Amino acid sequence: MEQNKKQEVHTHKIGIYLWIWGLLFVFSFFSYMVDYMEFQGLLRWTLIVTFMLTKAGLIMAIFMHLYWERWAIVNVLLWPMTLIGVFIAIMVSESHYTFFTRLFYFVVGS
Amino acid sequence: MSQFDISKLPQGPKGFVHDLGSDQRVFKGVPWGKAMMWIFLLSDTFIFSCFLISLMTARASTVVPWPNASEVFGLTVFGTPVPLLLIAIMTFVLITSSGTMAIAVKFGYEKRRKLCAWFLVATALGGLTFVGMQAFEWSKLIFHDGVRPWYNPFGAHQFGSFFFMVTGFHGTHVSIGVIFLLIFARKTFRGDFDTGRKGYFTSMKSNYEAIEILGLYWHFVDLVWVFIFAFFYLW
Repeated sequence: MEQNKKQEVHTHKIGIYLWIWGLLFVFSFFSYMVDYMEFQGLLRWTLIVTFMLTKAGLIMAIFMHLYWERWAIVNVLLWPMTLIGVFIAIMVSESHYTFFTRLFYFVVGS
Repeated sequence: MSQFDISKLPQGPKGFVHDLGSDQRVFKGVPWGKAMMWIFLLSDTFIFSCFLISLMTARASTVVPWPNASEVFGLTVFGTPVPLLLIAIMTFVLITSSGTMAIAVKFGYEKRRKLCAWFLVATALGGLTFVGMQAFEWSKLIFHDGVRPWYNPFGAHQFGSFFFMVTGFHGTHVSIGVIFLLIFARKTFRGDFDTGRKGYFTSMKSNYEAIEILGLYWHFVDLVWVFIFAFFYLW
């Protein structure tokens, strides 16, 4: 009885996996088209990041079953990953500073 | 495991507070192997983030032009240059293997032994194809274009180091995944998960949960490729 109950939690219809599979194909095709159509600048970066996050979300939610997990484990996983954003922000400002000093000393000399 | 009925516990945010304040195990209904795999994947996320963030830092701070990945990884098909063709095919192959893995996990929980095993084999074949195409890409860059970790003919020299580091580390993950997929396909064919045969190293009863845990690893490899594809090849 216990065993049966546990299985129902995990088993889903095969259709949902095929759907997500198809969607991943479509979004991968879109992100490839971004390069193929040679979009540049802000439009390119926005599209790349949007398709990337959509694909990542679909994989984590459905393929990795996070959508059906309890909040206790979902939160333990997602908050540390969100903090990576802070690291990115720090390194963006750091790299701009490095770029600036390089240009400055290449022109002015040491 | 069976002391409580998971479906009767509070769900969502209330469940979160309930589980953390329950003075028992926190991850209710999650096998320990799965919790540990998730924590391993979290640490792996940090490693790959460090690689990709250093790629960003190097690229944003160099005063030399960065090579155009679209041209570097382009292939010529019947005289027409197609940008990123091989990388696009690799992406589709890896997504396909992720799909077959998800279906293998489903068949595992339904105890359809042979279907589960064959889908594991299909997943391993997808992974092998991916690694094969990566080997082709590496040899083309090394022998044909003369790319080295310290030099490349296209522009900023850091490009070579990041290419070999990031795709090499990911390729290693795929290769290890393929080995484990084949081992687990053999276990499934043998019926280990139906008979509860004891594991060689762990001496613990085998269970189809192992297939889901292996699946988490494989989907993670696909997940990382999504980010590498976006940041290294497309950006």
